Amino acid sequence: MPFINFSKDEIQCKIVYYGAGFCGKTTNLLYIYNQMSDDVKGKMVSIDTKGDRTLFFDFLSLNLGKIRGFDIRVQLYTVPGQVHYDATRKLVLKGVDGVVFVADSLKVQRKKNIESLINLAKNLAEKGISIRSIPLVLQYNKRDLDGTDSEILPIEVLEKDLNSMLKVPSFPASALKGEGVFETLREITKLVVKDVSRKIMLADQSVR
Amino acid sequence: MNIVITKEDLEKINFYLNKVVSSSLAQSVLLIDRSGQLIAQYGNTMDIDVLSLSALTAANFGATAEIARILGEEEFTLLFHKGKNENVYFTALGEHVILVTLFNDKTSLGLIRLRINQIAEDLLKILKEIFESDRQLTFQPPEHQS
Repeated sequence: MPFINFSKDEIQCKIVYYGAGFCGKTTNLLYIYNQMSDDVKGKMVSIDTKGDRTLFFDFLSLNLGKIRGFDIRVQLYTVPGQVHYDATRKLVLKGVDGVVFVADSLKVQRKKNIESLINLAKNLAEKGISIRSIPLVLQYNKRDLDGTDSEILPIEVLEKDLNSMLKVPSFPASALKGEGVFETLREITKLVVKDVSRKIMLADQSVR
Repeated sequence: MNIVITKEDLEKINFYLNKVVSSSLAQSVLLIDRSGQLIAQYGNTMDIDVLSLSALTAANFGATAEIARILGEEEFTLLFHKGKNENVYFTALGEHVILVTLFNDKTSLGLIRLRINQIAEDLLKILKEIFESDRQLTFQPPEHQS
């Protein structure tokens, strides 16, 4: 539900980072926050527990320049990944315009990724949104663990598990090192802005 | 669904927000959508990170609504946080919007609530038009662009 403010010539969109617990959603936001210059970013707000787990959400507001004269303001949120925080996830998804699904590449997390994606589809459906129509990008995180003792899934397996039906853009990433983080953000922003402008143009044409 | 706020809408909203601020000695009022987006603000908000405040307010309200549900209530329609110097008062306006009033000890919660009650109905009418009418979206590039 983008907010189009004609008084300030501004479009506000909400992008939510979704995924199972400890998959690196907050790490994504932190990397973006640390890399962006002060004039385009707001403060990063985190509500988490002492054990580094997100309790409610993280929030970061970014100003991403202009399209057709409108300032694009993007608000990034993360959800708590733990299964039992479903009510909170539903709250954060309210009014969402685009989703980044962060998948954990660790082999032991394979089942949790699939469960979390199904949970996303269910929670979106409850709001009348189809997971097939909302702007969505997948990110396969923790690729930097390749070659270490921790066994990770090959990209092909992750694609087959999570993206065989959806067929959305996907990126290998290491949120900790920053690889793939901005590629993911760029793609989801592009999709969301495209979606918003398509709606604006459609409405424009129907009026003419 | 897109939410479109025109210049006229915002002028009308600001008129009522101004009314609250000037008649109650509140420092500022913010109008926030329940998904955490800031719609309008009035008064002195220079030193405040209003975007974070909006996101947190929506979350706070959402969490409180769940508490209400657990207790068998439909919703708590008002919330008040009292600090040493600064206070904040949250009111639900219909199902989409929250009004956030920031004030200090120059005024009282009673006066703030009275002033908000006086304008709530009129403001709600405007908000209903924005959120519920299926208004056609006409795209006009901003004036300074063309």
